[in-house]
Amino acid sequence: MQKRSRRIVAHISLMIVGLAFALPFFWLITSSLKAKGQLFMMPPRWIPDPIMWSNYPQALTYIPFFTYLRNTIVVALFSATANTAACSLVAYGFARIRWPGRNAVFVVVIAIMMLPYAVRIIPEYVLFSKLRLVGGLGPLMWPFALCWGGEYLIFLLRQFFLTIPMELSDSARIDGCSEFGICFRIVLPLSKPALATVWIMEFIWHWNNFLRPLIYLNDQRDYTLALGLYGFLAQRQLEAEWHLLMAAAVVTTLPVIVLFLVAQRAFIQGISMTGIKG
Amino acid sequence: MSKTFSLLPHRLSHRRVGKTTVRNMLTALVFISPWLAGFLIFTLYPAVASAYWSFCQYAAMRPPKWIGLSNYTYLVTKDHLFYTALGNTLYYAAFFIPLSTILAIGLAVLLNTRVRGISFYRALFYVPSIVPLICSAILWMWILNPQYGLANAVLRWVGLRPLGWLSSPTWSKPGLLLLGLWAGVGNPMLIYLAGLLNIPQALYEAADMDGASGLRKFWHITLPLLTPVMFFNIVTIFIATFQYFTEAYVMTASPQWGGVPGGPMDSTTFYMLVLYNNAFKYFKLGYASAMAWILLVVVLVLTLLLFRSSRTWVHYAEMEA
Repeated sequence: MQKRSRRIVAHISLMIVGLAFALPFFWLITSSLKAKGQLFMMPPRWIPDPIMWSNYPQALTYIPFFTYLRNTIVVALFSATANTAACSLVAYGFARIRWPGRNAVFVVVIAIMMLPYAVRIIPEYVLFSKLRLVGGLGPLMWPFALCWGGEYLIFLLRQFFLTIPMELSDSARIDGCSEFGICFRIVLPLSKPALATVWIMEFIWHWNNFLRPLIYLNDQRDYTLALGLYGFLAQRQLEAEWHLLMAAAVVTTLPVIVLFLVAQRAFIQGISMTGIKG
Repeated sequence: MSKTFSLLPHRLSHRRVGKTTVRNMLTALVFISPWLAGFLIFTLYPAVASAYWSFCQYAAMRPPKWIGLSNYTYLVTKDHLFYTALGNTLYYAAFFIPLSTILAIGLAVLLNTRVRGISFYRALFYVPSIVPLICSAILWMWILNPQYGLANAVLRWVGLRPLGWLSSPTWSKPGLLLLGLWAGVGNPMLIYLAGLLNIPQALYEAADMDGASGLRKFWHITLPLLTPVMFFNIVTIFIATFQYFTEAYVMTASPQWGGVPGGPMDSTTFYMLVLYNNAFKYFKLGYASAMAWILLVVVLVLTLLLFRSSRTWVHYAEMEA
């Protein structure tokens, strides 16, 4: 009886907090479908009338949306793939090969996760400007083939690789398989779910990242969605065209949410793992 | 005779171990080489370079010129923005860390009850964390709009006075905190939830037999066993909070005060914002490097203090079967 009442209390609290978390999403969508005049009604109009679907094409043609989209996809696809590939090799080196100094180096990997990025960005910027790569997509892509910011992914993948029985590697070794053979034919194929999780996390990170495009991109033709939307905000804020800004924000957010919903379980497991034995 | 016999195999095996060790070492080196190269180029070199530049006058185009401690002394004695920014950042951290911890644990506890629709709620609480920050920032600018925003509509609806939010120096940081909680609670919440699932059910059953109330069980079992996870989360959030940037940069550049981030009246001038401006707007790279190193040292010291304090409050239970 007591248990039941507690469950009811929990459910009601969940509904209240849930409402608080859902309301901003509702506000986002409803605002994106309002005619401009209905944005400024008090008390607010919850359901727009008429529903202005045309806000969407209007918002997307105001800015070179598809250029931004293409840039974002190029950056996110390349960087997520390169980073996942590189980090999985590194994680393999930490999880499946025994070598002196391994644990000490791994401690460095963990420690770097805590290093404030502030001490890195300035010399990195100088480096890329000396290489004449500032003002292009290069700095958003190439460092990720060298595990830029990948310590977290290395940690996750290592944890996963450790769960694969060593006997599999040993028997393959006896059959004359090289370490690379074991990695590519046995361990990585068995780790597809972990690799997918890491790839999706990384993809979303690149899709969302704001600071690096802000630092490195100058030309509108190179903008990613995050930076393009910022430009749109700077441009439209004075006119208070929140309906168009909301529409653009919905379109930018949608792919990420779809990706999350598709891979929800693996994704949540991946995040949960970071705290345990951290 | 017997001696040589016992030595020979021993030596042989020893040499063989040495050989495989070297081979393993080389193979491992190949495997970790991408990270190693990245570490040297994008972590070690920048850390050393920015440490050196922090003692230099370095204006992008000209080579760095050694000026000793000048950057640091100027920062500490003359730059009022430095203290404003430090104060704002500490203010934000002082509220965000406890609030997000309480909210994340609360949500995790709620999600740990077996009611219907848990996976829906879990997704709902988590999704704000993956919404592109630029989108949630723009959305919350509109939510916090003093005249037509959702936040004030809700306040009016429950009979409270509407607030100025981002246009008032008093309420700008609380406004940012609301967004921070909405968008930032997902990750720690999931980690707490995993921590809760790790607590052995037997402990609760034993407490039930002793007739402990729900609150007592939470206080004496759940919370102590959650402290290691709590420690991890607090350290992570702490480091991130000190580098709070994007939201402030995007949301506080109102045309009312000339489109410069940090307003009104520098109430949202955060540390990283000042650092960013010095580095990428004024190209005072040496000065910005000094700021970066001060940040690093402050974060390091506070993190070490946290680690120190963890001995008194983090409960590493030896799980016995």
